[in-house]
This record gives sequence, C-alpha cells and structure tokens, in this order.
Amino acid sequence: MRKPVEQIEEATILFAGDSGDGSQTIGTQMTETTALIGNDVATLPDYPAEIRAPAGSLAGVSGFQLHFSSEQIHTPGDLCDVLVAMNPAALKVQLNKLKPNGILIVNVDNFARRNLRLAGYESNPLEDDTLTKYQVFKVELTQLTRKALETTNLTTGEIDRCKNFFALGMILWFYNRPMEYTMKWIKAKFAKKPEYIESNILALRAGNTYCEATEQFAVSYDVKPAVFEPGTYRNIEGNMATVLGLVAASHQSGLPLVYGSYPITPASDILHGLAQYRNFGVVTMQMEDEIAAVGVAIGAAFSGALGVTGSSGPGLALKSEAINLAMIAELPIVICNIQRAGPSTGMPTKTEQSDLLQMFYGRNGESPVPIIASSRPYDCFEAVYEACRIAVKYRTPVIFLSDLYIGMGAEPWKIPQLSELPEIRPDFAASADSNNGFEPYLRDPETLARPWAKPGTPGLEHRIGGLEKSDVTGHVSYDAENHEKMVEIRAEKVARIADDIPPTEVFGAQEGEILLLGWGGTYGAIRTVVENCVAEGLPIGHVHLRHLNPFPKDLDDILQRFKKVLIPELNSGQLLQLIRSTYLINAVGLNKVQGQPFHVFELHAKIDEILKEIGHL
Amino acid sequence: MKRKRTSRIPAGAPTLTRADFKSDQDTRWCPGCGDYSILTQTQQIMPELGIPKENIVFISGIGCSSRFPYYMNTYGFHTIHGRAPTIASGVKMANPDLSVWVITGDGDALSIGGNHFIHLMRRNFDINVLLFNNRVYGLTKGQYSPTSERGQKMYQSTPLGSLDTPFNPISLALASGATFVARSVDIDSGHLRPMLKAAFEHKGTSFIEIYQNCHIYNDATFELYREKEFKTDHTVLLEHGEPLVFGAARDKGIRLNGFQPEVVDTTNGEYSIDDLIVHDQYAEDTTLANFLAGMSDTPDMPHPMGIFRSVRHPCYEDLMTNQVRTAKERMGDGDLEALLNDGETWTVP
Repeated sequence: MRKPVEQIEEATILFAGDSGDGSQTIGTQMTETTALIGNDVATLPDYPAEIRAPAGSLAGVSGFQLHFSSEQIHTPGDLCDVLVAMNPAALKVQLNKLKPNGILIVNVDNFARRNLRLAGYESNPLEDDTLTKYQVFKVELTQLTRKALETTNLTTGEIDRCKNFFALGMILWFYNRPMEYTMKWIKAKFAKKPEYIESNILALRAGNTYCEATEQFAVSYDVKPAVFEPGTYRNIEGNMATVLGLVAASHQSGLPLVYGSYPITPASDILHGLAQYRNFGVVTMQMEDEIAAVGVAIGAAFSGALGVTGSSGPGLALKSEAINLAMIAELPIVICNIQRAGPSTGMPTKTEQSDLLQMFYGRNGESPVPIIASSRPYDCFEAVYEACRIAVKYRTPVIFLSDLYIGMGAEPWKIPQLSELPEIRPDFAASADSNNGFEPYLRDPETLARPWAKPGTPGLEHRIGGLEKSDVTGHVSYDAENHEKMVEIRAEKVARIADDIPPTEVFGAQEGEILLLGWGGTYGAIRTVVENCVAEGLPIGHVHLRHLNPFPKDLDDILQRFKKVLIPELNSGQLLQLIRSTYLINAVGLNKVQGQPFHVFELHAKIDEILKEIGHL
Repeated sequence: MKRKRTSRIPAGAPTLTRADFKSDQDTRWCPGCGDYSILTQTQQIMPELGIPKENIVFISGIGCSSRFPYYMNTYGFHTIHGRAPTIASGVKMANPDLSVWVITGDGDALSIGGNHFIHLMRRNFDINVLLFNNRVYGLTKGQYSPTSERGQKMYQSTPLGSLDTPFNPISLALASGATFVARSVDIDSGHLRPMLKAAFEHKGTSFIEIYQNCHIYNDATFELYREKEFKTDHTVLLEHGEPLVFGAARDKGIRLNGFQPEVVDTTNGEYSIDDLIVHDQYAEDTTLANFLAGMSDTPDMPHPMGIFRSVRHPCYEDLMTNQVRTAKERMGDGDLEALLNDGETWTVP
C-alpha cells in the first residue's frame, strides 16, 4: 500500500557533500523537476573556490539550497526543512542551516573515524547528543548504491560516484516528484557513455524504492503547483539570462555581438554561454587579460558592433582605464560585473554587492558611466538588454551589475515575446551633415549622443582618442573653457538618461513609515519581508532600483513620502552613502558583509527595531 | 598569390594622392624628429595600396609615435598606453574588410603593452604593426625604455645607468609566432616604403621595427645604421635568395660558424661568397630568422635590414568567421524565439 502523502505549502532542501560528490548536479536536477511540475523555485549554490579540496575536509564542502513553494517566492529560504549530508564535514558546516526538528539525512557509511577527524568531530555526532533536536535518518547510502549496482560492470569507484543519484531518488520520493525529467537528463548527459546511463538510473530508482520500502519514512510530502501568470516558462540561472539578454540585444539591434573576456569566477559562465551561439553571429574572444578583453569590445564598438565584456570586481579594476577611454571616446560598450566578495581576490565563490562605489567612482577624472543592476536571476535578461539599449542610444559605456547570488541562482522565467522587447536603433551616421565636413562630436540636441560613424563609410573619416576633445569637431584641445564644457556635457548626457526610464514602482505602502530601498540581488529577501509586513497591515514600502546611475527622476519624491528609508545592502553602506549625499536624507543601512545573502529574519528584526524607534510599535 | 579581405578601389574611381591622406591637423613632433619621415612614407604609399581611404584605420597607444593617427586623413583611434593591439583586434574582428595599422613605440609595445604585443603576434590578425623604436621615452621627457642598452644614462631617471637587459623586438616578435617580421629605418625612404607595402601585402600580422631617431633625448642612438657614412658597413640588407653581403666595397659577408653568425672577408681567399648565408624569408622554421635577429645583440655585427620572415598562416579573423559560417550552416541562422524557448519549458494557461 502507498504510504500517506501530506500536503505542505513549501519546503527548503539543502544538499551538502564533498565538492566531488555531485551536490550541485542533484540540486540542479531537483530544481528542474520542481519547476517543471509547476512550483515556484529559488536556489542558492554555495561551493568552495577549490576545485577538489581534500576529500572529507571542511574546506571541500559544497552545498546547494533549493526552496520551492505553491506560492510565489523570492529567496532560496533562510533555514532548511531537509538537510542531506553526505559526510561529517558537510554536517558540521551546514547543520546550523537546518530548522529545529528538521529532517537530516546522513550517509552513515561516511561517518568512519577518519572522516570524523577530518571534520573536527571528537565523537560521532550520530551517536552523541549533537543531533537530538533533529529528525535523523541514517542511510547506508554508499552500501545501498553498491548493492543496487552490483550487477553492472563498473568499478567500485565508478559505482560510488552514482550515490548522489541514490540520494536524489530518495528526495524525489520524499516530495512526490517524478523521476522522468532526471532520467531524460541522464540519458542526454551520458549519451556517449551508455554504461553510466544505466548505472545512474539504477541508483536513482534504488533510492526511490528504498524510501517506499523502508520503515524509516512513514510519510511523503507534496507541494501543489504555484499560481503563475499565463505564459510559457523555463527555469533559468542569472548568468544564462544575461547571455540570452545579450544575444537578444544583438539580434534585435542588428549589431553583431563581440564579447571579450578573461576567465574569472563567477562571470565565466557568460563566456561559456555566449560561445554556444556562433550561429547568431556571436563572436567570443578569450583574451590574454582583462584589459585586452575590454579593448576588443571597444575596438568592436569603433567598428560598429555591439562590444561587450564581462568580469568580476578584480577584473573591473583592471578595465577601468579602458572604460574611461570608451567614456571620453563616447563609444557604446557594455561591461558586465558579476560581483563577488572582495576586496582583492576576496572570496571568489561568495556573493557580495560591494563594487557599487567602484563602478561609480573607480576611474580617473570626471567619468560618468550609467549603471544598471539586475535584481533576480531572470531579471538579468531585461537588465542587460536595457544596458545595451542605453549604450547604443547614448553612445556610452554602460555597466551592468549582477552578482554571484543571482548569477548562479535559478528560478522560473516567463519567456518574453520578441514584440515586447524595446527597440535598439544603432542609427549609424551615413553622411556628413555639416558644411564643415563630418564633425564627430556634433550632438543630437535631445540625447546629446554623438554620431556613430563606422570605418568603411566614405566621407566620415575622423580621429578620436583619449585626449580631451574640442566640442563639435572632436579635435584635440587643451582649451580651459572647452575642457570644463566637455566635462559638463558628458555629465549632462548621462543625467538625461533619467528622462528615458519608466516611473519607479513602489511596492506595498505608497507612503508611510518605512521605505526599504534596495538594488541588485537583495530583491528577494526585501520583497519577502515587505510582503509579510504588508500582509500584517504595516505601512511599509519597497523600491528596488534598476537604474543606479542616473537615479530615477521620481526617486526624490518617493523618498520624502516615508518617515524612514532603510537601505539593506551586502556591503558596508554604499548605496546608503550615495542616497544620503544625493538627497540629503537621514537614510539608515542594514549591512551584511559575510559573503552570504540576507536572511529574511534579519530584515524583519531591523524593521521591528526601526518601528519601535519611530514609535509605531 | 595571397588573398587580402580588404576591398579594392573600383576601376575608374579617382586616383588618390599623398595629399588625400594628410589630415587638417598641425603635426606636432619636435623639428627633426624621425617620425616626420615615417609619416611621409606612409602617406606616400597609401594611394598605391589600391584600397578605399575609408577602409583604412590607424590605431595607436600612447607616446610620441602614437600621435600619428591624428595626422592621417583616414579613420583613426588614439587609444591608451600599450592597449592599441587589443583595440585593433576588436576593430579587425568586427570588420575584417578594414586595413588596420597599429602605430606604437618601444615603451608602448614592449613595456606597458608587452603582453598584448606578444598575443597579437600569435593570433595573426591581418594587422600591420609599425614599432617606432628610439630606445627612449620621449613624451615623458627622457627615461630609458625596454630597448635602451644596459647602462644607458638618462640624467634624471637613471643617472648611474639603466640595469635592464634590452628587448630585441625582432626576436620577441619571432618568439611570439609573428608571420611577418621586418626592420627598416625612419629616414631611408627607399627602404621603408617597400617595407610598408610588403607589410600591407602580407596576409597576417606584419611587424616592422623602425629605427627612429629622437634627437632630443637619445640623439644618434642608431647613428651607425642610419647615417650614410656608416650604414654600409654596419647594416646588411636581407634579400630573399641572396647571400648576406655588405660593406661599401661589398667585400664582407655573414657566414655561420657553428651556431654563431660571423663577419668574413670575401676577398682574402679564405672565404668566398659561396660560404655566406643565403637568406630565405619564406622558411617556415624560424632558426635562420632567429640567427639574423640575434646579430643586432652582438657587438660589431651589422644589423640586418629587411624582411626576416614572411610566412602564410591562418588569420584569427578568418578562423572565427569560419566558425560562424559553419555554425550557421549546421544549425541555421540564429532564431531568437527558438533560443529563448530552448530546453524544458512549461505553459501556464
């Protein structure tokens, strides 16, 4: 008889093991299946910088957190309902993320003395009182996988590598998810190694059957599909959405895409993604360094292509001189910064949003550059597309900010119709429109954009460069008045972009006690908290900025409508400084610089504190 | 014999002259600078290339030589220090039909831009690189450069003499896989012009080191190879298929003694012209070119002038264009709607 199924609204699972254990693989598979059966999902991969740290060590623990629900959700969840720990190190590192009375599934076969010692356990936590407040399920994952695969011709080492699919089979049973999507993926993944198809599917099935048979598990759970707007959906990671946004901008503008890049975590996936699309005319150039990567983007833009480069904070530091060249030469390029925890090399596999001031100010001289930030994985598509639109229309470098958390996180995405995408018009100069011949700095009176004349166009031969230019003619100029004028024009051109962005959306209260003002990857945590507050009837609103330079024109007015402005950021208060100095308001920050996203409870605590302060509670 | 991508001027179009390539900007190098001659020779050969003016792009970095694009009435981009090769690569990649020229100096190409220089050489874009070597930083008022001889005394920066071993630009280019490597002299118009044209005609990255005199900060550094009264005895012209003979009386030659090139007298009976190295600029193997390149590092050896190496290798931009074409043939032209809807999708009614 089938075991009883209990309906629940949502669940959070954390898979954790050695970096080589395949936690990311089964986490991704669980995400795919869960999205395909209609739940809303959000994920958080958390992995070490080392490719293969010593097996069983604390440094080598790789985790994948997955939150799914029958309601709309915005974060991968604070604490987990289920923790799958493949070894003692994983248990040690991740146990604090498991809810009290949460379900803990451990691979007991890995709890031998050596692994316990590597994890720093003096006694076996499965035998002492470490785990008394959890529901512990001890599973002989390695032995059971070996038994299930004993008829195959694989070596023990190969068999042991299948145990992650045994674990996935268990979790699929536990949450009543079908195995078919994973089987389909296994078949495609190992198309060239049929013996691995059979073994991984055997392991998956064995895990599933084990749960049905064993008396350890009395019930399973089901999470009904969430209600989504009508449309066609797919599951997407932030970096993949960035890739698609760039390809879309190239396609819709008719500008060939040239992407210059140097490998760096967590931006390399954009290079990997774009490299698949040569049939869209996409050229990816892996260059000798970060400077060369932005150099080819600038050269491509001078030639009349869509020049794009991507990196993370340390790479952006190297690119800054070249970005300034694109700024003064007024050439359209897009620079993607997938932020990670700094300073210096920092923590390459951890998230942070601490490059905002670097992007604003990290160049010599007066150097205004538009900055656009994505707020969640699927938003990378629209945000990077918008960065391309602004770059082309205003002939300016544009910085697109994402971060590791949204770049590597995944969620369902309602696929847009091509007709919904804004127009991007290169409007190349075709002929000299002045009696003095072609004047490369004769501007559009409305946008202040200069003409984009690509080599190969007869009669428009001209010279540009990094030296200050004379207004209109673009000739080299050391004239004092002209320099000040050009500085002002370049600033004004960027400021006018504010006329070209839609009104700011205020979620929740339109005025009242507290406005939570955010940008970038903190969207999910902030929106969850504000939804909760609004449900409680609290006069709290949320604005999430996509355009950081220039700020939206209506922002000043919105900030004035709230008693307190709270700016949560994964840095020491960078937007906070900008807002305080721009609008002269006493905004306050909630700051976390741990390489980890906000927990919802952290924001609630801060809101309660402010509400008390201003006498609302 | 070779196929340049660059479009040719259609028959019947008006003939261009040197004047068409002069920009309206005043040239601002020091009077007597070797750069003037290089500019003139370059403007001179442009009409002879047979390509439309609008298809020509000059790209430079920073330094005295890098002002060059402002004086050419073509497309031009004066970029940032050392980075011209990267920007030129982007220009060429985005439009392989353009004739792209990089103007650089010893500091720009070999110091701050050393990394880009070697990688440009190995990628073999069809780009021409003219390195004005004057063995000094001129624009910053006289500091030793990566080609300055060790011990060079610059009264401000290295009053006791520089400590660095100089780069040999020809050896560096060869080691980086350059497919066309040549050397010429700023004021020798009769040699420089054909070198510039040969660089243009070569399909692939063409590198010319041009000995250029900075008479303000490093006057006469190349006196022996530049001035009429010395150069016949201190330079040897490289001509494909010809023995390496030099000297006012054509009485000296270069032969290989083991692994060492040496100067021999061809008139005293011990050696004849048959003992001399015969130049082969088309050799795929770089051994000979490396021997010749090393001569300028050896005291008392004449400096070779001309084409050290000229071989045909695939160009980066053509290989990339091929990848794009093959992908389109295999998968069809990119269909954005299909791409966005790729993979597992589900529809909410």
